[in-house]
Amino acid sequence: MKQELIIAGFGGQGVMSMGQLLAYAAMKEGKEVSWLPSYGPEQRGGTANVSVVISDSKFGSPVIDRPTSLIALNNPSFQKFEPSVKEGGEIFINEDLVTVQSGRKDITVHLIPALTVANELNEQRTAGMVILGAFITKTGILKAESLLSALTYLLGTKKDHLIPVNRQAILRGEKIIRKALSSIN
Amino acid sequence: MKTVFERTEGLKDNETHYCPGCTHGIIHRLVAETLEELGALERTVGVASVGCSVLAYDYFNCDMTQAAHGRAPAVATGIKRVLPDDRLVFTYQGDGDLASIGMGEIVHSAARSENITVIFVNNAIYGMTGGQMAPTSLIGQKTATSPGGRTPRAQGLPIRVSEMLATLDGSTYIERVSTHNVPHIIKAKKAIRKAFETQEKQQGFSLIEVLSTCPTNWGLTPEESLDWVRDEMIPYYPLGIYKDIRKEREGV
Amino acid sequence: MGKVLMKGNEVIGEAAIHAGCVYFFGYPITPQSELVAYMAKRLPEVNGLFLQAESEVAAINMVYGAASAGVRVMTSSSSPGFSLKQEGISYLAGAELPAVIVNIGRGGPGLGNIQPAQSDYFQVTKGGGHGDYYTPVLAPSTLQEIIELTSEAFRIADDYRTPVILLGDGMLGQMMEPVEFRDIKEKEFKEKEWATSGTEGDGPPRVITSLDLSDIKLEERNNRLQEKYSKIKKQEIKVESLYTEDAEHIVIAYGTVARMVQSAIEKAREEGMKIGLIRPVTLWPFPSEVISRISEDVKGILAVEMSAGQMVEDVRLAVEGKTPVSFYGRTGGVIPSVEEIYEAIKKLGKGVTA
Repeated sequence: MKQELIIAGFGGQGVMSMGQLLAYAAMKEGKEVSWLPSYGPEQRGGTANVSVVISDSKFGSPVIDRPTSLIALNNPSFQKFEPSVKEGGEIFINEDLVTVQSGRKDITVHLIPALTVANELNEQRTAGMVILGAFITKTGILKAESLLSALTYLLGTKKDHLIPVNRQAILRGEKIIRKALSSIN
Repeated sequence: MKTVFERTEGLKDNETHYCPGCTHGIIHRLVAETLEELGALERTVGVASVGCSVLAYDYFNCDMTQAAHGRAPAVATGIKRVLPDDRLVFTYQGDGDLASIGMGEIVHSAARSENITVIFVNNAIYGMTGGQMAPTSLIGQKTATSPGGRTPRAQGLPIRVSEMLATLDGSTYIERVSTHNVPHIIKAKKAIRKAFETQEKQQGFSLIEVLSTCPTNWGLTPEESLDWVRDEMIPYYPLGIYKDIRKEREGV
Repeated sequence: MGKVLMKGNEVIGEAAIHAGCVYFFGYPITPQSELVAYMAKRLPEVNGLFLQAESEVAAINMVYGAASAGVRVMTSSSSPGFSLKQEGISYLAGAELPAVIVNIGRGGPGLGNIQPAQSDYFQVTKGGGHGDYYTPVLAPSTLQEIIELTSEAFRIADDYRTPVILLGDGMLGQMMEPVEFRDIKEKEFKEKEWATSGTEGDGPPRVITSLDLSDIKLEERNNRLQEKYSKIKKQEIKVESLYTEDAEHIVIAYGTVARMVQSAIEKAREEGMKIGLIRPVTLWPFPSEVISRISEDVKGILAVEMSAGQMVEDVRLAVEGKTPVSFYGRTGGVIPSVEEIYEAIKKLGKGVTA
């Protein structure tokens, strides 16, 4: 299995950290992984994106021309990367912030009300985890437990009180995607 | 028979290439004697610069490294920072090297209060390259590149290095001395010794500016050159201690 | 020690420490600044020294000083700053001082931009500064390889008393991959008897210099340098070959670009095209012999670079007209995509040369 994922959004939305969580979780699962950020002034307030390749076997390019998945956290990011998504690929969008729609018939778009859910959990910063929960559930590329242990590691002991709410966020994302899928089927 | 004068152990038994009447030889000897007196020759690393003193490594009887033009303070920083504290590190630089191409390196070494000693030889001209204008050339001074005499408008004004570096909080000991007569040479020796002692005591950056001659490029006899230092240079570059915060730096 | 997830720039720093280098003189410039910051934090923990110099010029001269005092020492920069270091690198080569200089390349010329580029190839492989000299250049393509090659860089520097360049680009510096620092054997470094560290009464004073006013003496020094370079050429060439056994065409690429090329080749192989990859790991000395040999057996060679075509000149010199050599490159920080490289490979099969 191989996922070539681009996560894109505004600087400050946690784009880089979401990618880092996936990369760390993938490493812990013994998978091959690379994390390649857009860097420079873009990081400071503009749009930011990160390319994460996760694979069961060794791979060459860490650069993604045609992502198998896209996580879009705002309109400009969606518009920028939506055309490049591979045929049969999937887009996970933060429904609360992305209002434009895809005209493509060869890809699947998953609408995740990430911000709404995060607000319900009283922790806005968990919006990214809601989407990641949906992403790993749908693609099956990583286990939720790996993601949580990655989070535990990256948050460090000082912030470990945030673990339970993040666990909930992941589970909510999982639930949303399962529900959406069952209604389609 | 009583020995009244002998070669210092601080210098190798080599003839120097310096011109007749040039005071580089005297300044070399003052530094060398100081190192010998401090018993430091075997734990000293000198840094030669680019200019007339580029071959200083042929003369000083201690480990020597030759640096690129102007970069001696950076090279000395690298040496000093990786060696044990008992090592003495000094640079020996001319005015073109230190105050023109190497201004960045000397300013920042002083600002960091690198625990090194700088011997800055100011003779108001580029010697090695053949008498071009230096940052310390005086107003009116005729050089190969200021043939009509230096003017403030065309070439700017001479830089007083000691005064300038003294403004930096990092500088610990800065003194300007001269070599135009014996009493001043004796004073110069004392200043140089103080500078190395500053380093020995881990008190930080020390620099001794030594006014020096260049009969060849000034177009003067050796004797006239000594007078020129007294009559022309010293009025613009007054002698004296410009910074001395050794006490404050004790135990720092 | 298990795997850790680190940025390329940080891997270089940790790898240097593992190679016994605890002295670093740096200056910030994107996209290598994480290395400077990493060393600032990490070196005091291992009783080393990090110093932020006032400029790249000062940094390389501090390296010169530290190297002349006999320690393993490193500095790093990115293209514009690396240009500023050329004076010092020439002096290091002339004075025969070992040091490792990292260049995390970015788009140029001039201020260019901060995106990845390989347009400093000429500068790193042809001397770069003034005078007759070369510097060994190591070009890792993965973060794990950084660890191995950083250690090699210090070994080569010490063995031959020469500055060594570790060349990457912004992509390599900024990306993260899992890496493993394998157990390092306690290294015994040879004592550097030539170092100017204070004689301690043990023998006559030593001199480090690159100056020889006598023409004959300077020529002798230069001849000695050339002999050293011949030895390096004989002993230190590193190259990786992939899918070359049955290859009808060869693609040559180094560093990160080789990874895009590998993906493009794998795609082409799925289509039945017999394409091989040669990846020079040392850019100087260049693996000319390997390329010369294979050029007799293949129908064409394609060089791919993030430049307007620099390494391709060395490829042509190695091939000596034995097979057509074509080139594909992007510049200015644009990374050639797998798709584009694949298209260039397809043209190879049709005998089209760029």
